[in-house]
Amino acid sequence: MSGVRVLVGTRKGAFILTADGARDDWQVSGPLFGGWEIHHVAGSPVEPDRLWAAQSNGWFGQIVNRSEDAGATWEVVGNDFEPASEPGTHQFYDGSSVPWKFNRVWHLRPSATDADTLLAGVEDAALFRSTDAGDSWTEVSGLREHESGSDWMPGAGGLCLHTILPHPDDEDRILVAISAAGVFATDDAGASWTPSNRGLHSSFLPDPEPEVGHCVHKLARHPDRPDVVFMQKHWDVMRSDDEGRTWREISGDLPTDFGFAIDVHAHEPDTVYVVPILSDEQHYPPEGRLRVYRSRTGGDEWEPLTNGLPQSNCWVNVLRDAMAVDTMDPCGVYVGTTGGQVYVSPDAGDHWQPIVRDLPAVLSVEVQTLP
Amino acid sequence: MTRVRIAMPHQLRDLARVTGEVVVEVDAPVTLGGVLDALEAAHPALAGTIRDRTTGRRRPMIRIHAAGEDLSDAQPQQPMPVEVTEGREPLRLVGAIAGG
Repeated sequence: MSGVRVLVGTRKGAFILTADGARDDWQVSGPLFGGWEIHHVAGSPVEPDRLWAAQSNGWFGQIVNRSEDAGATWEVVGNDFEPASEPGTHQFYDGSSVPWKFNRVWHLRPSATDADTLLAGVEDAALFRSTDAGDSWTEVSGLREHESGSDWMPGAGGLCLHTILPHPDDEDRILVAISAAGVFATDDAGASWTPSNRGLHSSFLPDPEPEVGHCVHKLARHPDRPDVVFMQKHWDVMRSDDEGRTWREISGDLPTDFGFAIDVHAHEPDTVYVVPILSDEQHYPPEGRLRVYRSRTGGDEWEPLTNGLPQSNCWVNVLRDAMAVDTMDPCGVYVGTTGGQVYVSPDAGDHWQPIVRDLPAVLSVEVQTLP
Repeated sequence: MTRVRIAMPHQLRDLARVTGEVVVEVDAPVTLGGVLDALEAAHPALAGTIRDRTTGRRRPMIRIHAAGEDLSDAQPQQPMPVEVTEGREPLRLVGAIAGG
């Protein structure tokens, strides 16, 4: 493998960070789309130089761009996210009903097998598919039309579909996660969906263990063991051994089990990373110390990773899409912060260094391991 | 056809890949809706950025000014001021000060 390309979305533009396999000498390009909020930049696993960027802002709404040359040039593609049926309503924060409305794209998931196919998770929560590389979008409407849809409510960031996890061996089997509705599963490419939240407990709900209504922040799984899925929930780090049908808590000895991001080591399915955040009211690390926590046991037992990370006066957050891993050996781990730093650990978390320190607030980090 | 000048914020100019003002040709009668239709036809990347794709209504944080008048709430059939149709002034698309 020749190196890595890190795709960074920020509040005011996108940045592309590249390095060879040593991952200690970085080239930084950007800002791309300066002034636009970039929720996500993602590359095709089939054609790695094909990238998509989801840009939006309060003035001009949502734009999707595509690049065919690794981000050197871009063209605007489709931004028509029209619902496939009468949109209906969902809950507002106060429990009242409000009409479903397309606001922005949160997450892009290019197909692992077809360079022209990708999924988009959007706010208000819905799933769209493109089969022409983003030129046009069709809603996978069975999800939004789920009978529980009128009960979904927004998390602090909005009613967003932020995680799309296709099964590595069958792209018709997909898990998605919505804040704040929870996890939904399909095995028929999105025609029908089943809530997958058994075992989740959310004390902010009148019934803390409903089928739907949980504020799931992020899911991750290892491609070699797809039945095992890890979750960072609003509070609680969770694990499923049956592809999301049931969950158990694995927060163990974490200093706090609130957080946003979670990911799995590229070569060790039982090695999991989270970034504990003090609370939902205080979106910063405990004690002003930025610590990534690693479990080598699939949860419950966690160790703080601090070497190279700021251990005093650090009050940044790490958002749900702002952690990623590469597939180099040793596995690289990447964390972006709301303070504009992107840190890399080229040795699976043992040592960290900043790639950049002063970007706008980081919303998302994706990594491409280049052939 | 009437040539109409349009001044846009830099982010819309970037999307349209233009610098400075845009000039579009509009069939008579020259209306606000006709000017915006011509702009989006000439620069498809702008579709949805000024007017909501579904409703056709102006996006909330876009303001539309011309000849010293605020046309933000004007109907699509609103005729353009003579200063615009005679090319003396552009139609101005402005990002509301609260946007971004």
